[in-house]
Amino acid sequence: MEPILSLRGISKSFPGVKALQDVQLDLYPGQVTALIGENGAGKSTIVKVLTGIYQPEEGTITMDGQDLHFANAQDASKAGVTAIHQETVLFDELTVAENIWLGHAPRNRFGLIDKRAMRDGARDLLLGIGSDMDPDLRLGDLGIASKHLVAIARALSTDARVVVLDEPTAALSHKEIHELYDLVETLKAQGKAILFISHKFDEIFRIADRYTVFRDGQFVGAGAMQDVTEGQLVQMMVGRAVDQIFPTRTPQIGAPVLTVAGYDHPTEFADIRFTLHQGEILGFYGLVGAGRSEVMQALFGITTPSKGAVRIDDKFRVIRSTHDAISAGIVYVPEDRGRQGAIRGLPIFQNVTLPSLSRTGRGGFLRLAEEFKLARDYTRRLDLRAASLDQELGLLSGGNQQKVVIAKWLATKPRVIILDEPTKGIDIGSKAAVHEFMAELAAEGLAVIMVSSEIPEVLGMSDRVIVMREGRIVDEVTGGAMTPERLVRAAAGIAEAA
Amino acid sequence: MNILKNRDVLLAFAIVLLIGGVAARFPAFVRPGNLVNVFNDTSPLILLAIGQMIVILTKCIDLSVAANLALCGMAAALMNGMGVPLPLILLAVVLLGGALGAANGLLVWKLGIPSIVVTLGTMTIFRGTIFLMTGGAWVNAHQMSTAFKALPRMVFLGLPVMSWVALAAIALFFMLLTRTPLGRSFYAVGGNPHAAVYTGLDVGRTQCIAFVISGALAGLTGYLWVARYAVAYVDIAAGFELQVVAACVIGGIAIVGGAGSVIGAVLGALFLGVINNALPVIRISPFWQMAISGSAIVIAVTLNATQNRPKGRIILKEVEPT
Repeated sequence: MEPILSLRGISKSFPGVKALQDVQLDLYPGQVTALIGENGAGKSTIVKVLTGIYQPEEGTITMDGQDLHFANAQDASKAGVTAIHQETVLFDELTVAENIWLGHAPRNRFGLIDKRAMRDGARDLLLGIGSDMDPDLRLGDLGIASKHLVAIARALSTDARVVVLDEPTAALSHKEIHELYDLVETLKAQGKAILFISHKFDEIFRIADRYTVFRDGQFVGAGAMQDVTEGQLVQMMVGRAVDQIFPTRTPQIGAPVLTVAGYDHPTEFADIRFTLHQGEILGFYGLVGAGRSEVMQALFGITTPSKGAVRIDDKFRVIRSTHDAISAGIVYVPEDRGRQGAIRGLPIFQNVTLPSLSRTGRGGFLRLAEEFKLARDYTRRLDLRAASLDQELGLLSGGNQQKVVIAKWLATKPRVIILDEPTKGIDIGSKAAVHEFMAELAAEGLAVIMVSSEIPEVLGMSDRVIVMREGRIVDEVTGGAMTPERLVRAAAGIAEAA
Repeated sequence: MNILKNRDVLLAFAIVLLIGGVAARFPAFVRPGNLVNVFNDTSPLILLAIGQMIVILTKCIDLSVAANLALCGMAAALMNGMGVPLPLILLAVVLLGGALGAANGLLVWKLGIPSIVVTLGTMTIFRGTIFLMTGGAWVNAHQMSTAFKALPRMVFLGLPVMSWVALAAIALFFMLLTRTPLGRSFYAVGGNPHAAVYTGLDVGRTQCIAFVISGALAGLTGYLWVARYAVAYVDIAAGFELQVVAACVIGGIAIVGGAGSVIGAVLGALFLGVINNALPVIRISPFWQMAISGSAIVIAVTLNATQNRPKGRIILKEVEPT
């Protein structure tokens, strides 16, 4: 089969860095090609080249045997290449039909927008991808999955032949992901060439027909999915064999540290009870929206439960604010680091010491020397790469920003540390570093709660796993009972197989 | 931090250049006595700019400062008319100003109303209150006691009391912002309110404190203003809040919050103060003064925008292999 679109010898550099070096990519009609690589491998750059946002210094883009040059995003769109991003670029205040046709709306004979043609066209496009959504709905009233449908309908309205899906499932729940898979099948059946970018191996093996692997801005390999194993792909991505990703540890589980009893919330969760021990890593598994983060936020004083008690060591604690939680020894590293963790405009050391100012200061005044010392101690432990602790946090890379956020919490000397999706969206190398570090913390006697939606991570790191579904704890497993099947069944509410 | 410092140096240099330029034609402008006058004239702007800067740091804005100043100034004049002793009047204006600021702050904190709306409303309410208190009547020089009028003009070590108040406020708030946990929390709250919540800071409370500070400074300035100009009426300092915000913008206080310094705000105020004092000397019409102040604001904002640009570049880093 001939590819619709071929990229050959593409190079693109930014000041100081070669983002892409002589890479190639082929996309075939009616097939899904998975683009695989660690963070920083050049996946996003090639997508931007493909959609006309970046112009490569070298290389050719060939479509149907013709050489093309995309000077801007419109050129790419006209040629039939369209991209659907993780966060879709749509307008909440407009209707579904208006979103689909924005910029190329059908006109009537007076040159005005033809509302009826727009609505009918939108309905047809949506039906074509298996949705009977009302085109007059306001987009802001829809869920993420429906917004994706609209984005795809919009892409199809321009007669796109090449569709790029850039981590489309990152923000979706289990059910929504399956709807997306169905949609991809529909697009395939229509003969579109699909480029699918994802970090999740299970979905790559599920929906992709072909793969292309990039590493450090270079092309590593490509081929058909049926000819490759998960292990081989990982090896191509990291350039080394990865047989044991998780650190081996012998947990020293001590006395109970945190006991939560009968925790209720009017809308988010009910009857949450569990005990966490010293030196233990307790995994919280569940689908997105199962209420795990909400429970943790209540423990950290962000939201207030209507009922229930928290005991730390042997003392009952009332947690009404984050301040209460921190002084009780509970800290929370949130999932959304950029928004909830890092204060980008403040220097690194001030980010670290922010919750510890009463300790570094004296008599109501700050002592900068003490602050620097504290920040240096903890960032060194996390192996932070920064020119100076006086540097603005925003100048660091994402992984290093996260180290600063974790250092900030460790500096408060907590008893319990809650990590919410600690490795979400970071590459395999950094993941291993975070896992290593979690194991170290537990070994030092800290009680660790890890909220994660990745089964290998939950199974590889936890001493015990609690599964939540629809705001309730539905299962708790330890030791040999911790199998992927059991977790998935409990989380999805599927009965045991007979 | 380095960028800010460079920026402060740049602004200080611009002020010196401005003074030098005027002095080239009118050497009398740089006589120490005249420079003291310029500083003294700018003191109210400095005091209000410091308060405004703290409010802006927390991602808010206080448009009611000038009305607050006028209300507290009128209250001071009326209390003086009733024979209240001067120390009590001073205490009262600071408390009243702080209370008016607290009203702004509480509306922002407890009801979550955007500060620009809250202070636009209270600005009008404060002016209206002055009218209700006086029926629109003026309090003139002959109705004020000599001690009341004399205090801001009293000279200590070559500087009038009004200038000393400004210097004291600069020192006090410089310490507060750089050396206390409260000061740090203003930066944190404005820099990223979500992260501040997750760090155990109370964002609304911190913003409310900023409004109280801004209000208390406006209250104190209200007395100084009325006593110095020896007149109080509904419309004193009308529109002054815009100059205060302008001083902050010129001084490099980020209007989105989280970045800025007391030194910046003071330099911004001095820059406007020098322009306001110099232009009449070189016989430029007041309309040109407005145009020049306006241009300074646009230039300052442009500088801010270009300085922020390298930060945007960081996005590309995530694409690059690391």
